[in-house]
Amino acid sequence: MMRKILVLLAVIGFGVAMLPLVLEAGVAEAPGELATAYLEQSPRDFAAANVVTAIVVSYRGFDTLGEVAVLFAATAGVGALLTKKRTETAGAEPERKPGTEILGTATGLLTGLLVMFGVYIFMHGHLTPGGGFQGGVVIATAVLLNLLASPRSRVAHGVMTAVESLSGAAYVALGLLGVVLAAGFLDPRALPLGTLGALASAGAIPLIYSAIGLKVGAELSGILEALKGDRE
Amino acid sequence: MNVLEFLGRINPVAASGAVLVLVGLWGVLARPNLFKIAVAFSVLETGVNLVILSVGYIRGRTAPILDSAADAATAAQRMTDPVPQALVLTAIVIGLAVTALMLSYAVRMRTGGGGSSIESYGDEKW
Amino acid sequence: MVVDMAILVSGVVMIAAGIGAVLAKSLLVSIILSGGVSLVASLVFLLMGAPDVAMTEAAIGSGLTTVVFLYAMARSKQADHEDAEANAEAGGQP
Repeated sequence: MMRKILVLLAVIGFGVAMLPLVLEAGVAEAPGELATAYLEQSPRDFAAANVVTAIVVSYRGFDTLGEVAVLFAATAGVGALLTKKRTETAGAEPERKPGTEILGTATGLLTGLLVMFGVYIFMHGHLTPGGGFQGGVVIATAVLLNLLASPRSRVAHGVMTAVESLSGAAYVALGLLGVVLAAGFLDPRALPLGTLGALASAGAIPLIYSAIGLKVGAELSGILEALKGDRE
Repeated sequence: MNVLEFLGRINPVAASGAVLVLVGLWGVLARPNLFKIAVAFSVLETGVNLVILSVGYIRGRTAPILDSAADAATAAQRMTDPVPQALVLTAIVIGLAVTALMLSYAVRMRTGGGGSSIESYGDEKW
Repeated sequence: MVVDMAILVSGVVMIAAGIGAVLAKSLLVSIILSGGVSLVASLVFLLMGAPDVAMTEAAIGSGLTTVVFLYAMARSKQADHEDAEANAEAGGQP
């Protein structure tokens, strides 16, 4: 009883604290100074049509590096917690019902399309909405469909680990290339900028996003496999 | 016309986000099942993302992508604020990572012989 | 104005789904409703003019998070099943 009253008091207190945000903040009329500067300088600085991509990869590139590191730490944690030895599935494998025929047929047709779609999303991240994280999630969805359709299949660990490590190293290497050839770490002007709207534009941004997309896809596939219970 | 004027003043995204935060917070504090706590945490996190993004909402403007609809010259007059969008992009991905880690802890506690309610782990209280 | 009304209606749907997710008795209903909250949130993000964020929320929030929850629920049921079997065996041979 006491606990319920305390919980209610905590929620009401939080609600009162958020009242000024809801009632007085209102809707802005124009973006602030920093946002206006980003919007106006992004085509000149980086020739990237998608301003959010330019911010995520170059203006706030350190945040993205930290995010990739956090995702890696979470994947390592999930992988370390849920190996078969630790959860003591004693010897006999649980019965795996095979997937239905509809699922199997649809997976065969969709896997190639999904991987291609994911690669398209992260390659065009600087031109259309999208980018590395969305493309990586779509690739992980393709792996998930295969895990669901044939439950006895395993994810190829060597390939996943190699893809993840090499993409992470490529990301940092592209950042260091910015130190050598341009103004600083993670500066995409290390590679030639090109014209706004072309595929080969925006310097190193497509390459950085491709590396991030592959890394995120490999990590999320690892998380899904660990949760399914098949990680050695 | 007080109601319409009031609705015109508040930020609709911030309002729904704030209510979702409160709903999720109550769920985290009050439900005893481990997995329901994780579900409420996910709802809480969606609410927080809505609140952060509501800062950048400007009525009547389009997405911050330079194309034929809004080119470089008129960018600052026709686009919404791109900085909160970049922050929320990061927050959503990290939310997934944290939820996956939380659920793997819950699965590990269950397969190690524990119960499904958080009350049954009482002997770890200090 | 129309966009604001649409956002408000979607907000009400989200809040209803959120309350349903937190109060539901069955875990499966909670999981599906939390996927529904993420889906409507992705629609709100699109209405606000943030297509990048909408894509990410739709793919991660209502796609992968729901699948991760369902896998965890299946593992938990399997752990119950194995415990019941182990108890039955131990009970049969005192």
